[in-house]
Amino acid sequence: MSTTGRDWGDEAPERFYVITRGHPQPAGRAALDLVTLIVARAEPTPSMPPEHAAILRLCGSPLSVAEISAYLRLPVSAVTLLLADLVAEERVEARASVPAALLPDRALLEAVMHGLQRL
Amino acid sequence: MDFSGSDTELGPADEDLLPDSAAAAVKVVIVGGFGVGKTTLVGSVSEIRPLTTEETMTQAGAEVDDLAGIERKSETTVAMDFGRISISDELVLYLFGTPGQERFWFLWNGLFEGALGAVVLVDTRRLEISFDVIGRLEDRGVPFVVAANAFPDSPACPDEELRLALDLPPEVPIVACDARVRESGRDVLLALMHYLYDLAGPPPAR
Repeated sequence: MSTTGRDWGDEAPERFYVITRGHPQPAGRAALDLVTLIVARAEPTPSMPPEHAAILRLCGSPLSVAEISAYLRLPVSAVTLLLADLVAEERVEARASVPAALLPDRALLEAVMHGLQRL
Repeated sequence: MDFSGSDTELGPADEDLLPDSAAAAVKVVIVGGFGVGKTTLVGSVSEIRPLTTEETMTQAGAEVDDLAGIERKSETTVAMDFGRISISDELVLYLFGTPGQERFWFLWNGLFEGALGAVVLVDTRRLEISFDVIGRLEDRGVPFVVAANAFPDSPACPDEELRLALDLPPEVPIVACDARVRESGRDVLLALMHYLYDLAGPPPAR
């Protein structure tokens, strides 16, 4: 396995993300958290289901699963299923939340504290 | 689609867009009883107007009807308000406010999974509604701080009294706050981060 592009050093845990695209396991509930960031990687087309098109229009910039649910007024479970299809079709990129196994992580907490202090 | 004449949002306003460099997000859950100020707290620190998301949950009833031999199921819609704080160009923090008296929120897929920790927001006039929440967080090993929201007619309640009343372990931080004030809300979150930082263990030896 190539290690290219996997230089995630301890100093920058906020750079941790996972591209769920292409994973063999179901990219459904397990992979998509409330705060997984979704970014469109395709244009909506007239032939796709309207909900899929709506998600693609929304996600021109990164948007969390929770925000997509709120804007589309759909339950999170429904949005997750729609997103699983879009991820499988490589129409969206899913930038996963920081994995729980890494928590608590001092560098991550420092980054959050630093950000909060600027509020 | 006809959404005219409502405050329905079709998407984020331009100023609410995250940069494309946003690569990962973390979350903090704010739990507390009805009317304790969760949404106020979320709103005071959030960079976006708080949004609401809903989930419908089906739970097997606790009681089984012996005569019919059927387990009763109940369906509930649980709503959560949430807000967002950009920590850096790459990292985003989401805050989810969820009702504490709900026995359903632990069923919410992924709400606590991967959460950094929780803030238990309490009203010192009505502490009893916080007992259940605190017990459940402890059971699940979710680290939390307690924030006492200052209401105008709240009685003065020294931290140690509050600790005793809530049966809190000595290490759990208690902070007073005014959920309406951004800096105060921020300080609650900072208290949680400092606590988590301490829990993460001593700094690496030099």
